[in-house]
Amino acid sequence: MTDTVMTEKSELPVHMRRAEFDPVPELAELRDGPAIARIHTVVGSQAWLVTRYADVREVLGDQQRFSHARFLERRPPGMADLSDEEIAQARAGNLLAQDPPDHTRLRRFLIPEFTVRRMKRLEPRIREVVDENLDAMEKEGPPADLVANFALPVPSLVICELLGVPYVDRAEFQARSNRMLDLSVPPKERTRIARESRAYMAKLVAKAQAEPGEDILGMLVREHGDDLTTDELIGIASLLLIAGHETTANMLGLGTLALLKHPDQLALVRDHPEAVEPAVEELLRWLSIVHSGIPRVTTTEVEIAGQKIGPGELVVLALPAANRDPALLPDPERLDVTRGEMGHMAFGHGIHHCLGAPLARMEMRIAFPALLQRFPTLRAAGTEPGFRSFNVIYGLTSLEVAW
Amino acid sequence: MVSDEQLLRVRADRDVCIGAGMCVLTAGAVFDQDDDGVVAVLDETPEDIDAVRRAVANCPSGALSISTGTPAGA
Ligand code: HEM
Ligand code: HEM
Ligand code: SF4
Repeated sequence: MTDTVMTEKSELPVHMRRAEFDPVPELAELRDGPAIARIHTVVGSQAWLVTRYADVREVLGDQQRFSHARFLERRPPGMADLSDEEIAQARAGNLLAQDPPDHTRLRRFLIPEFTVRRMKRLEPRIREVVDENLDAMEKEGPPADLVANFALPVPSLVICELLGVPYVDRAEFQARSNRMLDLSVPPKERTRIARESRAYMAKLVAKAQAEPGEDILGMLVREHGDDLTTDELIGIASLLLIAGHETTANMLGLGTLALLKHPDQLALVRDHPEAVEPAVEELLRWLSIVHSGIPRVTTTEVEIAGQKIGPGELVVLALPAANRDPALLPDPERLDVTRGEMGHMAFGHGIHHCLGAPLARMEMRIAFPALLQRFPTLRAAGTEPGFRSFNVIYGLTSLEVAW
Repeated sequence: MVSDEQLLRVRADRDVCIGAGMCVLTAGAVFDQDDDGVVAVLDETPEDIDAVRRAVANCPSGALSISTGTPAGA
């Protein structure tokens, strides 16, 4: 490891420092000791870091005392030049940026598209997308970058088709969604990218309004066109496009590497269909890819882990710490794909619990075994995989594989 | 067999549900999501109460509960 990487790492707040998959031991010491600490977030805000499973669950379950809307109302440091109008526009339709009743209203429009039943209907198409990408990889032959050739294109194509976003534009929006959640990109630059992204989405929404198709955008226009403003449609579409890209893709890349490093567990997932569902849950828990911590702002005086906190303070929830809390399960640091713990909070908890969870689960349940069956001798090859620490979502920049 | 006093009734608050579908994954015989994606209880007095307890604990929005209800006709 080079010196620059070491320096960068030590600047990260404790919950964002990892050695490969594992949070640094200091995070467990914090959780099992004082449980709460004052930190500086990567963007320079002061915050309270919450680490225990029970505390994180309590905060996420209580949207009255811990608001997300308040968080996004604050102007992040370095984004002071955003106008009030731009902030309001950027929040419109972004489910994450709303408290009830606005949140409930928006979420109700979307849940029919993400039910377990609706996902079952999508299953054959997801299988096709997975197989097409595996065919292409096989044809090209080893070595291949698993991130660029499998982990990213599968969820990318799926979310594009679901939403009604032309896949031919992918180079453009993949690069944008990547940089928008990259916390090492200067805030000014991220603001610029966010504006570009909105402009792109605005065009697609205008098209859907003129000619609604069979996709989610078309459905929203047809069935709720009178209830949703154009800004809200743009916001919903942007959120789904970003969330659909940056999450499952990193689970597939990082999850494959985790299995490659645990060959006995990899063999289970490859050879036993009934092992797949619990394995996906365990990978979600163990990897906890939502990395920068979930932010909330207190609306009143609260007490967490014995610490009194005043109103208007930023609280950051460390999912990797909570999901490895010995209070949740025994031997939490060990990856064990046979446990199938559903109580993990990799998808969050409370009213903002991941809308795309049924989709992400379906994608992973199909993709992992299909990849491992197609290339039974799959192995990491060549250069060391690059881990990305300065991001809202933890993952790999590349993973060179051979078979 | 459960005795009448212990009979448990499953309830779902449809106004609170956020349609995460965790209940359907955990106890598919007891819960479903209707066309709006909101929870529907298929079986108010299910046999497999352990699965239901897990579903109640896992429901992200706190929409589910189990109450000791009086059996119909008692
Ligand atoms: C259209 C989509 C999104 C927009 C516009 C958006 C916007 C923002 C903004 C403005 C911030 C504050 C960053 C700062 O203080 O510099 C932020 C932080 C954050 N976002 Fe998002 N976000 C989006 C999607 C997501 C998704 C899909 C996730 C997770 C699944 C997510 C998780 C987070 C987290 C964890 C932070 C905290 C970063 C920190 O303060 O350390 N965001 N987001
Ligand atoms: C393995 C993959 C994924 C993980 C680990 C994940 C994780 C999360 C987490 C932790 C939250 C809660 C954030 C908070 O409370 O502030 C969240 C929210 C959300 N996720 Fe995901 N996500 C994944 C995949 C997806 C996909 C594929 C989509 C879309 C198609 C999606 C769409 C959303 C949306 C729209 C929200 C906001 C929900 C709301 O505010 O009501 N996610 N996700
Ligand atoms: S788990 Fe809870 S929030 Fe999700 S669908 Fe079931 S009742 Fe609704």
